[in-house]
Amino acid sequence: MLVSLYRYNPEVDSKPRMQDYEIELPAGKDLMVLDVLELLKRQDPSISYRRSCREGVCGSDGMNISGTNGLACITPVSAATRGGKLVLRPLPGLPVVRDLVVDMGVFYKQFEKIQPFLINSTPAPAIERLQSPEDREKLDGLYECILCACCSTNCPSFWWNPDKFIGPAGLLQAYRFLADSRDTATDARLADLEDPFSVFRCRGIMNCVAVCPKGLNPTRAIGHIRSMLLQRAT
Amino acid sequence: MVTNVTSFGRSGLYDWVVQRLTAVYLAVYFVGLLGYMALSPDLDFEQWRDLFSATWMRVASLFALVALCAHAWVGLWTISTDYLTSDLLGSKASVIRFAFQSACVIVMFIYLVWGIQILWGL
Repeated sequence: MLVSLYRYNPEVDSKPRMQDYEIELPAGKDLMVLDVLELLKRQDPSISYRRSCREGVCGSDGMNISGTNGLACITPVSAATRGGKLVLRPLPGLPVVRDLVVDMGVFYKQFEKIQPFLINSTPAPAIERLQSPEDREKLDGLYECILCACCSTNCPSFWWNPDKFIGPAGLLQAYRFLADSRDTATDARLADLEDPFSVFRCRGIMNCVAVCPKGLNPTRAIGHIRSMLLQRAT
Repeated sequence: MVTNVTSFGRSGLYDWVVQRLTAVYLAVYFVGLLGYMALSPDLDFEQWRDLFSATWMRVASLFALVALCAHAWVGLWTISTDYLTSDLLGSKASVIRFAFQSACVIVMFIYLVWGIQILWGL
């Protein structure tokens, strides 16, 4: 099989290039894209990429696989090959550190902005803050995000304004804390999101929903944030 | 919070509500107008003039004109802040963006005044 790989080492290369590799895959097995990368790295040890758990939990190996963002470890080669060719590029829109490794700084900065932790001004109880099963259910579909950045880096609004638009991943987490019955900073959180960029740069393109490897729906969460902002202001 | 002084209402929520409401109104207005044209096969100038000289139609049309300007401003401002940025255009981006936004405002204002003239037959 032919694998076309994005190669860039800023210390040596003046600009990025696509390098083709021919690789023999074991017959009768549908490998994951990450397995192919591991085989390629045996051929050429200079290939760089991030990986860790290899089972879609850590979110390290998000990359652009034949044009669609996804996790290499849980994307089967059969599903990602177009015309007998597998094209691997780094996540779009972020600065490339080397080959498939990107600088996630701006992505984490947006995550940091939404204060991704519980804020509660009431005195802490002796053991823990309790939550009814119904309230806990509201966090389903929100807390599962692994911050792989597949959604935000597939979002045109994030490409154009990565420093101002929080992006789908950050907004999913913003709603996770807005929806949490144990959080008391709802009003302050909403006030921080009311400007023309943080939330409202979302144009409902829904690339985030299409690519999320965990099957989450950031667009729906953004809709809930908009409704909360509207209710607060009218 | 990201601040911006050139957006329509300085608030994303306000701009969003304005854009959505004007979109609904414009859809109703223009679909209604198209429906009227479709249901009047022998439409002539006299009938068209009578329609637009009725006060209710003038109110509806003036509102459509204002709604169009507000809707277009939110949209064009969004486009200018998406594509005319320093990431894409370098250090001159602010000047180019401001010039584009100013041109949009001037054109919209001209269309608004011109539209009122036409509507009222001034």
